[in-house]
Amino acid sequence: MTFSAFLFQALNGLSTATGLFFIAVGLSLIFGVSRIINIAHGSLYMLGTYIAYSFATRIGGALGFWGGIVATTLIVGAIGALIEVLLLRRVYRAPELFQLLATFALVLVINDAVLWLWGPEDLLGPRAPGLRGSIEVLGRHLPTYDLFLIVIGPLVLVALHFTLARTRFGRLVRAATQDREMVSALGVNQAVLFTSVFALGAALAGFGGALQVAREPANLATDLIAIGDAFVVVVVGGMGSITGAYLAAVIIAEVKAICIGIGVVDFGFGTVNFSKLTLVAEFLVMAIVLIVRPYGLLGRPQGQVRSVAEPEDPIRPATPALKALGIVTLMFLLCLPLVAQSSPYLLILGIDVLIAIIFATSLHFIMGPGGMHSFGHAAYFGLGAYGAALLVKWLALPMGVALTAAPLVALAGALLFGWFAVRLSGVYLAMLTLAFAQIVWALVFQWETLTGGSNGVIGVWPPKPFDKASVYFLLTLVLAVIAVLLLRRFLFAPFGYSMRAGRDSALRAEAIGIDVKRVHWLGFAIAGAICGVAGGLFAFAKGSISPETIHVSRSIDGLVMVLLGGIQTLTGPIVGASVFATLQDTVMRQTEYWRALLGVIILLLVMAFPQGIVGAFSSLWRRAGAKP
Amino acid sequence: MLKVESLSAWYGAAQILYDLSFDVGRGEVVALMGRNGAGKSTTMKAVMGLLAKRRGLVRFNGENISDRKPFEIARRGLGFTPEDRRIFVDLTVMENLDIGRQPPRSFADGTPAPSWTPEQLFALFPNLAEMPDRPGGRMSGGEQQMLTVARTLMGNPLLVLLDEPSEGVAPLIVEQMAHTILALKKQGLSILLSEQNIHFARLVSDRVYVLEKGQIHWQGSVAQLDGNPEVQRTYLTV
Repeated sequence: MTFSAFLFQALNGLSTATGLFFIAVGLSLIFGVSRIINIAHGSLYMLGTYIAYSFATRIGGALGFWGGIVATTLIVGAIGALIEVLLLRRVYRAPELFQLLATFALVLVINDAVLWLWGPEDLLGPRAPGLRGSIEVLGRHLPTYDLFLIVIGPLVLVALHFTLARTRFGRLVRAATQDREMVSALGVNQAVLFTSVFALGAALAGFGGALQVAREPANLATDLIAIGDAFVVVVVGGMGSITGAYLAAVIIAEVKAICIGIGVVDFGFGTVNFSKLTLVAEFLVMAIVLIVRPYGLLGRPQGQVRSVAEPEDPIRPATPALKALGIVTLMFLLCLPLVAQSSPYLLILGIDVLIAIIFATSLHFIMGPGGMHSFGHAAYFGLGAYGAALLVKWLALPMGVALTAAPLVALAGALLFGWFAVRLSGVYLAMLTLAFAQIVWALVFQWETLTGGSNGVIGVWPPKPFDKASVYFLLTLVLAVIAVLLLRRFLFAPFGYSMRAGRDSALRAEAIGIDVKRVHWLGFAIAGAICGVAGGLFAFAKGSISPETIHVSRSIDGLVMVLLGGIQTLTGPIVGASVFATLQDTVMRQTEYWRALLGVIILLLVMAFPQGIVGAFSSLWRRAGAKP
Repeated sequence: MLKVESLSAWYGAAQILYDLSFDVGRGEVVALMGRNGAGKSTTMKAVMGLLAKRRGLVRFNGENISDRKPFEIARRGLGFTPEDRRIFVDLTVMENLDIGRQPPRSFADGTPAPSWTPEQLFALFPNLAEMPDRPGGRMSGGEQQMLTVARTLMGNPLLVLLDEPSEGVAPLIVEQMAHTILALKKQGLSILLSEQNIHFARLVSDRVYVLEKGQIHWQGSVAQLDGNPEVQRTYLTV
């Protein structure tokens, strides 16, 4: 690549950075004040592009385009305020992860709302009136609209900086970011502050999305891509730092642009296609930054949120009644193959549910008792599934060997990633695990010669007698029971107590001689290995495995299952996985708008059962028991 | 001014306060005394509405504030300075003061209540006047203690809950703080302070409540406490 081509790509990167910055800075502001990670922020960005498209095409001309961008910003800001008032206000006192679940449900609802309103096709807006031309830079044509984007990013950065530094609103935002309870004790109405910050963040995302209308088509997949990018930017820049967000947006956009610019390079021993690296480049940057600077480039450790949620109840051993219920359920499941002779679908559903149970309980193991909120549990599912499938494909090994290898491959991955992950905590840990999962996914996706790329590995069918659904169901059942009991055993052993002690107070645990990082690392590895079993079983159950089955959405599914069931009990993930997997398998088949339906169900559950399904029932149970 | 009846409070499932009843009259300085863990700070947080679970009646300035949110309580003229100060470390002294700003107010009977401007507060705390642009995170403990009191006074409160003003600051500052409290009292401010240091309490307070394990065990004037070595020995001295 010539030097001028390099510089030109760098300019291109700068104009992309603006969009990244707008979405990330809103996310960062909202997180700072409300401590809510708004997963729906990418959806607001996407909404911005669609709404601006409608203005630009329906009204048309300069008014429709530029006026449309302004109107879009205001509309998305208002939608943000509505979301805060109607939904988030009800979950501020809920555990952090419940808030995530609520905003994730919004992602589903907004995505389907956009599908319903605008249809599934990509929509390309008109070019910007007044900025249709291009200028010559280094012998190439740079669109003037890109130049406009390059300029507007820093302008908004300066304006925001001024607002935060010089206005009373800005002072309140900064004070609330540090200690919102004290701010309220000084007479400031938090509700108004939170709503206005949320509206501002949403408006910025809407503005960023609207600006894209002349550059990229409006697309239904934008929401998750945008939120993924924004997470990376916020974490790399440092939570709460707007300058950091801009810096990180520039770095990431530049790395991506330059990867595309470099293209295919022949190193003599082989060729590397750098443009394919864009999928992992940002996550590699994030992983490196988090390892070197755990709070991001310009970030600082987050202020503790005081007395928001009640302290977590200790995990209780199962009561005799619960044990009896478990045995009855198990008996029923053992008989299921007999009952299900007439409807084979029931067994397929059963297998899906059991795999989901292994997946969710292993995630719960590190999330609940370990306090490590992994956003990338799909990585270990994927390692297990691919580990097993590739052994069958390339070495033609029998299923028994492949299923044994699955947890070992996942264990190796979890040991490697976990070593880094346990050095962080909270949101940063969540983001690093997400980055690792993304790296696994990209590796699988790109390494076509080994993994078959996007086609995946096919023909991974179980041998006789496991090819019969009923027998395979029983195999899955046995492995699921072993996995659950094993994890349970760990939790009620000194190892489990140490893990929980480390979660509740790392300092105190270390003072009594527990090596917290080591315990958490081992916990992470155990969870990864067990999750690998789920992956291996999944590959044989479906006869194939493809990159899309191990994408971010699977990690999120796992989070939803655990939270749905409730994080404070061991039965929680089992119930959550069963409910979620059943809903997914049944609701999905009923309607075109299954995402929205699922989202609404999750929202209702979050509102109705802020402790998860099992949590709600057990506190009802205890309350009933306490009465004379 | 402030009347508390049968106040109980919990942290999670643990009950910390048991049926506390006490009152603070207009212009009065009342001390809540007791050892570490007796429930002094919890009492203040419960009055301020900062605890999720509490029960009992809190009346302030003629109004029931038992079910109000913290910001509503603060806006009725009840100020709170926490023992751990909770200065906004990223904000400068002036900015910290600005966060606490509220309009002047009147007593229930319509007479205007005392009010403060940054200039008056700088006169009251000369140390702060020297560093209006210093970030809160770069101040000494004593300076932070002054700032937290000044920040609360920016809200022009009728009554201040002053949690452990003498804790962890240099003896010189403790003495200065005692003078400040007396000066504020003279201006008509009512104060409920929590204190472990009997000498400090004796300097500034009119009346004393003695707390132990979340219950009030003794109450009376400072003079009565001085004449009762048994109460001092049982509940106060270490």
